[in-house]
Amino acid sequence: MKKELGITILLVVLCATTAFLNHRFLGAANLANMARLIGMYGIFSIGLGLIIITGGIDLSVGSVFALQGVLLAMALREWHWHWSVAVLATIAGVMVLGLFHGLMIARVRMQPFIVTLCGLLFYRGLARFIADDETKGFGSEGFGALRELATGNVGPVPMPFVILIVVAIISYVVLHRSVYGRYLYAVGRNEDAARYSGINSRLIILSVYVISMMLVGVAGVLIAFYTNSISPANHGSFYELYGIAAAVLGGCSLRGGEGSILGIVIGTALLQVLQNLVNLLGIPSSLNFAVMGAVIFFGVLVDQVLRARQVKKIR
Amino acid sequence: MSALLELKHITKRFPGVLALDDVSMSVGRGEVLALIGENGAGKSTLMKILGGVYQADAGEICFEDKPVTIRHVSDALALGIGFIHQELNVLDNLDVAANVFMGREPVWGGPLRLIDRKKIAADSEPYLKRLGLDISPRTPLRDLSLAQQQMVEIAKALSQNARLLIMDEPTSSLTLTETERLLDTVCELSESGVSIIYISHRLGEIEFCADRVVALRDGKNAGELQQSEVSHAKMVSLMIGRKLEDLYVQGKGPQQVGYFQVEGLRTRYRPHHKISYDVARGEILGFAGLVGAGRSEMAQAIFGVDVPLEGTVRIDGQPVTIHNARDAIDAGIYLAPEDRRKTGLITEMVVRENITLAGLKRYSTWSLVRGDRENEAARRQVDSLHVKTPTIETKAVNLSGGNQQKVVLGKWLSLDPKVIIFDEPTRGIDVGAKAEIYRLMRALADRGVAIVMISSDMEEVIGVSDRVAVMHEGDIAGFLKREEFSEQAIMNLAVGRKAA
Repeated sequence: MKKELGITILLVVLCATTAFLNHRFLGAANLANMARLIGMYGIFSIGLGLIIITGGIDLSVGSVFALQGVLLAMALREWHWHWSVAVLATIAGVMVLGLFHGLMIARVRMQPFIVTLCGLLFYRGLARFIADDETKGFGSEGFGALRELATGNVGPVPMPFVILIVVAIISYVVLHRSVYGRYLYAVGRNEDAARYSGINSRLIILSVYVISMMLVGVAGVLIAFYTNSISPANHGSFYELYGIAAAVLGGCSLRGGEGSILGIVIGTALLQVLQNLVNLLGIPSSLNFAVMGAVIFFGVLVDQVLRARQVKKIR
Repeated sequence: MSALLELKHITKRFPGVLALDDVSMSVGRGEVLALIGENGAGKSTLMKILGGVYQADAGEICFEDKPVTIRHVSDALALGIGFIHQELNVLDNLDVAANVFMGREPVWGGPLRLIDRKKIAADSEPYLKRLGLDISPRTPLRDLSLAQQQMVEIAKALSQNARLLIMDEPTSSLTLTETERLLDTVCELSESGVSIIYISHRLGEIEFCADRVVALRDGKNAGELQQSEVSHAKMVSLMIGRKLEDLYVQGKGPQQVGYFQVEGLRTRYRPHHKISYDVARGEILGFAGLVGAGRSEMAQAIFGVDVPLEGTVRIDGQPVTIHNARDAIDAGIYLAPEDRRKTGLITEMVVRENITLAGLKRYSTWSLVRGDRENEAARRQVDSLHVKTPTIETKAVNLSGGNQQKVVLGKWLSLDPKVIIFDEPTRGIDVGAKAEIYRLMRALADRGVAIVMISSDMEEVIGVSDRVAVMHEGDIAGFLKREEFSEQAIMNLAVGRKAA
């Protein structure tokens, strides 16, 4: 909890300031919409966070959303698959991509950055080609169960947020309580030493790319139905960077071996609050990215300075 | 003879520790001064003050009778103080000459500032010659042996007109012959007027080359020995402040001959050589040989981190199939590797996590780690091995070398060891902790564990082993029984000469 304290304070301060400057921030509609977005972004950010903890990275997430979205829309509307088959098939397909990335990284020893950068380019291109560069959508009726997942509520709480809580709890147990979670940290910190302790480091790395893609697949379905129309050229673009930003803000180090589920979730929330702040405070929306960049920058800077000071104290 | 360097009443305080307490010492011109002391005695703090990394809280540094302030390593270099660190400070993607002139490259081409490659090659040559290094300055550094790379570092220091060289554990990764060569160089340098502060745990080297010995203990100057007084026992008692009773302990001896057998082992590094040997329960088999003779590779192949090409490993007559470290661990064969920080431990993880990492499943139900069981297991090892750590939640990186090695041991002792392979078990560990590691190894052997110990420290091999296997270029050149042990006999086999 100590590590997440800084970012939690930042989140509270930002919320308080925004609420003070614009009372609509605390309105039910605004909170619900924010929670819905936090839910969708949080699910795949956790996946990215797990990869980052092993010292890897995944840049392909946004393009995977586009490819999955296009295929899901076509399966449902053009090929008339049953919705459950379509959903499971696309999530499985996305996991196969993760398996491929994992094999390239763990077996062939390619660098994660390169493998997934190629994925980013390839899947985007493939999505546009398959869709003929046309926007695909789910129309305005049918697929009630799926729409419910993305746009429905449990009581007052948006469904994606509920799903995020479930995913977060499971991930928390896996990462912080299980043998597998300990191995993730060990491999991220020092793969050689992990191997010398009898850990099958390749299998661990391979599996984390598959698990992460499973979460990406789930989030992809929600995001597709949330936007309801998928334009293959820009659906999901930059989403991998939101995920990486959330993980890093939440305390994951790109060097690997550090980070927590709680931190990643708070990091995701912080990013969404920032977006909301830009809208509510009348800041020109063109400054959106600039604000986000600046806040992440200072967040990480402060963290770095505090940590350096701690190290000095120990000496 | 006036001193080149004089340290007067140097005191350095860190929060909670008095690292140096009123230390005075001097180094004469052309003198080889050995600085000894256990880890944490203040040697490195003192050297960091000379290198400008730390500033002394009190006291004075005089160089050539003038008081000086050293705020940065460049100040030290300007005075003529050069450093040869334990970890080499060279760039192996460049050639020899580029390393010698790193940061001071002569340039041509006006504003283009192109490096004058001809000039640096020509200028570095005399320094290489002076050190007896018979290589072209254009040789890529990565083609050199570690010992040669170290010589390049010395050449670099000399080319900066160093008049005082500070060498910190310079021989820790050198082979025996390379070590001899380095010690000769140290003597030659001192004859040509260069002063040397020589820091080492290897007392044999110090007996050989030092003009004077200064021992630090708990941040204080614990005493000096003139060349005529230098002896192993005196140095040890100065360092630890008492007499060292028995560094080496005798055990019960072998109990079940042929318990651990290695037959026809071929490794990727030496595909044309086969190794066969066996170790009894309760026996410590020492592996001597030059660095590069294939000892570590043999250990890694048995432990499964590098899959052997061929060969059978048997425990108690039963063949064991090993494809990876997990298989070896499940069979009860453990390796305490050479490089604790890279492969022995995950230094950024805490003591508890390191101890339980290899056997985590034992402390879990349904793949979930049981905190209480894990803590208990870690605490038991910390207590029984006397690991000096504030808590089990301390990061391994913050422990001393000796205590880190105990954590590595704790990891294996929490399981059921049948065979433990120690690769350079006491490298970089001070005398007091060494004695403890030897006692632990002996206690393990007496419990019925078969122990293989790879070591480049001749004293250690002779003192600890019940039997010695000497390797030479991938083959076992011969076995020696206790009564046949001598440095000469081991050296003869190690360099491939037939025993006299």
